[in-house]
Amino acid sequence: MTRRRSTAAFAAGLTAVALGLTACSADGDEDPVAAASDDALVVYNAQHEQLTEEWADAFTAETGIEVVLRNGNDAELGNQLVQEGEESRGDVFLTENSPAMSLVENAGLLAPVDQATLDQVPEQYRPASGLWTGIAARSTVFVYNPDELPEAELPASIMDLADPAWKDRWGAAPGGADFQAIVSAILELEGPDATRQWLDAMEENVTVYQNNIATMKAVNAGEVPGGVIYHYYWFRDQDGTRENSGNTELHYFGNQDPGAFVSVSGGGVLASSENQEQAQQFLAFLTGTTGQEILGTGYSMEYPVASGVPANPALPALDSLQAPAVDPSRLNSVDVTDLMTDAGLL
Amino acid sequence: MAATDSLQTSRPGDAGAGADGGSRPPVALVVVAAVLAAVLLVPLGYVVSVVVDVGWGTLEPLIFRPRVGELLVNTVLLVVLGVPLTVLLGVGGAWLVERTTLPARRFWAVVLVAPLAIPAFVSSYGWASAVPSIHGLSGGLLVSVLAYYPLVYLPAMAAIRGLDPALEESARSLGLGSWAVFGRVVLPQLRLAVLGGGLIVALHLLAEYGAFAFIRFDTFTTAIVVQYQSTFAGPAAGALGVVLSALCLTLLVAEAGARGRARYARVGSGVARAAVPQRLGVLTPLVLLALTALGVAAVAVPLASVVRWLGRGGWGGAWSQPELPQALTQTVLLAGGGAVTAVLVALPLAWLTARHPGPLARLLEGTSYVAASLPAIIVALALVTVTLRILPGLYQTAFTVVLAYVMIFLPRAVVPLRSGIAQAPVALEEMARSLGYPPIVARLRVTLPLLVPSIAAGAALVGLGAANELTATLLLAPTGTRTLATQFWSQASAIDYPAAAPYALLLILLSVPAVALMFAQSRRRGAR
Repeated sequence: MTRRRSTAAFAAGLTAVALGLTACSADGDEDPVAAASDDALVVYNAQHEQLTEEWADAFTAETGIEVVLRNGNDAELGNQLVQEGEESRGDVFLTENSPAMSLVENAGLLAPVDQATLDQVPEQYRPASGLWTGIAARSTVFVYNPDELPEAELPASIMDLADPAWKDRWGAAPGGADFQAIVSAILELEGPDATRQWLDAMEENVTVYQNNIATMKAVNAGEVPGGVIYHYYWFRDQDGTRENSGNTELHYFGNQDPGAFVSVSGGGVLASSENQEQAQQFLAFLTGTTGQEILGTGYSMEYPVASGVPANPALPALDSLQAPAVDPSRLNSVDVTDLMTDAGLL
Repeated sequence: MAATDSLQTSRPGDAGAGADGGSRPPVALVVVAAVLAAVLLVPLGYVVSVVVDVGWGTLEPLIFRPRVGELLVNTVLLVVLGVPLTVLLGVGGAWLVERTTLPARRFWAVVLVAPLAIPAFVSSYGWASAVPSIHGLSGGLLVSVLAYYPLVYLPAMAAIRGLDPALEESARSLGLGSWAVFGRVVLPQLRLAVLGGGLIVALHLLAEYGAFAFIRFDTFTTAIVVQYQSTFAGPAAGALGVVLSALCLTLLVAEAGARGRARYARVGSGVARAAVPQRLGVLTPLVLLALTALGVAAVAVPLASVVRWLGRGGWGGAWSQPELPQALTQTVLLAGGGAVTAVLVALPLAWLTARHPGPLARLLEGTSYVAASLPAIIVALALVTVTLRILPGLYQTAFTVVLAYVMIFLPRAVVPLRSGIAQAPVALEEMARSLGYPPIVARLRVTLPLLVPSIAAGAALVGLGAANELTATLLLAPTGTRTLATQFWSQASAIDYPAAAPYALLLILLSVPAVALMFAQSRRRGAR
């Protein structure tokens, strides 16, 4: 047994040395883990990490202001900001969809956005309150696998997916903020009763995936004939390896259908921030030409909404999508999660 | 979680250690231990406060709804089917490598423990990328049973090594066949190991998030995370947490009740003889085939996926991610902090139970197990809520992450420390005192050096558990912090498999020393 015991002692010793070394550096009073210096701009980022990092790097290069990201989902970070209230260490909040932004706005936690920034953004992409602004937009699409679902059988409206004929024939990620924003549009356009019925039917019909990419991948693999996602996941994959979308096509509902909903990504400055000036500067940068061009030319494939910057040429024009008119500040996240919890989707 | 029940070691000649057992403990020690135990109870307190705060009126419709029923069915089925399967594989494997004529027994002994070095969510990633259609209960069972059966295998192996073959020989001489001997003599003696290992597996199944989220299998834990992402620490997440905590505590009580009061130790003079191995004979090829299949499914499939994606990402590309060194450093810092703190917290608790056993000591020790039986998601929700509402200065700090690691992994430090202290002869300390050293100096100069191996073992097991921790780290980490586990998770859930692969490999490599340690300790414990 001696040999084995010495092996164990050796393994334990090695680990102890490693841990001891790290403990020496970890025992100091300073927070050893926080990567941020104190005056860095803290962005509560629910947008795609990669996109916001592109933005932050360009912003830092231009202004010398350091940016750190706290990454999470729309609703998670929005609710977190509400709970943190005045204690929050965040300076800027960026979302993928507007409901979480409205949540923070309704809690009275946002500072008015500089007029010069608002002037860069057309009115339909920002709330009348001026407490936050649109920074990007994305369109709802129905991704489908033509081998499993011939074009003639495509749904005319997203509301049709409640039909029993669609049982086990479509996928979505109801746990994600993107789908919850789509539901908030349905709620705004069709009212609570129709939404409740639709969600109940959805619970019967839908195959649940973890996120939009997983949904698209499943459609591509023929696991499920179609799925409700946002457009840019498909365009990104098409632009890259086509590995998760090569067998699929996009169907736009159009026709002012709730399923043609265009969701506005928001940016706002927290009233409790001690870096108001830099935070406002960051929003001005995002909605300015440089920030919007990162959307138009970079990896993101989301739609630019400000400063007249055109979208990536691969995308259909934003004004050709026949999106329903929805006031972004009226979309409600709390009612949506309650309805979805009631329906058993959460 | 108490993944280390197999670590109690005993050496010949240590009988009589802790001879002043039962003496009245110093007041200071009791106070320190009680304060620590109170902190450990914060997550349980959170669960109770959800019920009180939110009120039953709000909670009732959130608990008694069809979705919770579905989750309950999924979760209960997972435990009811998963635990027996892990027991079958764990006990069967241990018996094959310890008591049969299986060729290359040492090789298989190592192969059988190897899956423990692959975190369950990495294994799930491996399987999901190899067989994309894998999902639901069957997928969840496959991945989790393969990942967790070594938690039964290790204690079962230790127990089988400690068996006295005389009992089996008596049974055989009374006319029982080989299988009957195994069923009626060997298995009952493995009861403690099977129950303990089974409990740990069950608690892991209840707490697992990543592995199940990845393959679309909903349990309470995955549903709580989804609720958290949709509503933060809202009442619906709390309601699910109450049910999940109740399940965990029920298991804890059931296991304690099922242990029984039978005596399992060998009494009498002399040393037990080595057992005569059971001849496998014509079954040998079949058994080898089954073990190979198990090894392929549990180890080769996940590893092959990781290597394949590493190759796909290009050896340069995958490893040149700028976040990689940062994630490695922060993982080591946080896990190291967790390990050191857990040992410091475990010392007074272990000292009290080893040197001053009694109702108080049992109560305090029990507290640490109850606290650690709650899943990481509950610990995380509790700490988010408490730090936000009561101690905002600690919110989103490394301290809170470290505290969570201590709460989740404390038994991994208490168990080896307790046996270490019990084995350090009090007489040596007394001798030092008789030579004029004050008690505290005697303790530091005489007993502490004897505890170094236990401290190292405890720290290693906590540190390596913490390095693989996903759920609590996701919720509690300070802004800008990335660990290997959270980075792996964010890449893998974005289906960027090549980018996730280097993190997967590092997580596996980091786990190897702890698994080697647990394996060596189980083997040693059995050899008397």
